[in-house]
Amino acid sequence: MSTESHTVDIQKHVRWYLRVFAALMILTVVTVAVSYLELTTRLAVAVALFIATIKGSLVACYFMHLISERKFIYTVLIVTVIFFVAMLLGPVMTQINSAGA
Amino acid sequence: MEIPYTVSERPDTGLNNVKIGIWLFLASEIMLFGALFASYILLRVGATKWPDGSSILSVPMAFTNTMVLISSSVTMVMAWASLMEKKLGRYRLFMGLTIVLGLAFLVIKFFEYRAKFHHGLHPSTSTFMALYFTLTGLHAAHVAGGIGINAYLWGPGLKLWERAPQQFTNRVETAGLFWHFVDLVWIFLFPVLYLL
Repeated sequence: MSTESHTVDIQKHVRWYLRVFAALMILTVVTVAVSYLELTTRLAVAVALFIATIKGSLVACYFMHLISERKFIYTVLIVTVIFFVAMLLGPVMTQINSAGA
Repeated sequence: MEIPYTVSERPDTGLNNVKIGIWLFLASEIMLFGALFASYILLRVGATKWPDGSSILSVPMAFTNTMVLISSSVTMVMAWASLMEKKLGRYRLFMGLTIVLGLAFLVIKFFEYRAKFHHGLHPSTSTFMALYFTLTGLHAAHVAGGIGINAYLWGPGLKLWERAPQQFTNRVETAGLFWHFVDLVWIFLFPVLYLL
């Protein structure tokens, strides 16, 4: 790759970083605005976590370059996510058990 | 003795070693914060009543801190992009901004903690406050660690640029991955503690 095309490539990345930055700022304002609505707890949790997931995905995909990463890293992350979800399910299972008892 | 370092990608993984190392570390960090989030869920679903975070904590302060941390994530990635373009002056500017924004986050957090202590709110006050101080305290420790790494790469660590620019760029990218992860954790902490 020539130096010139390399620079153009980085500038393309930079444009994306700025777009993601704007999206993150807007979504943060939306998160706070939604919290002022009189939503039920369940709906408020769902909306807040949905927006946080979009924001987190933008950070991971663009700032952390996951969108163009190698297979090995995906393997590491998939294994981690499986354990992470299992850990989060622990409390939920406890709740189901105690509700059924 | 010089520890050998290769900037090139390994043929088996297609990645350089430092990137594999940081992602494995971040995987362990996901589990660390994941365990605390799981504890939060366990304690919250088991509680007969739960306080509204916004009635105890300062949403404007946390909102400002969210904006500060997101901005620092952008300046961090711009610092790396500047190195890729071999613009050292721009790198120093953006890395400097990242450090300043990180410090601003900690200063705001300090005032937030001080207000809580002033109002007699401590980790032992309630389960909610215990979770608040544990989660935000651990997160703030990560911010402090990140600032330390970034300050080194802005100051004395920059000497490596002259000798091995690719290796230095890889270091900045690695520090960036850690910094973005810290930002990502805050993106979830903010609504979970302050708004729900």
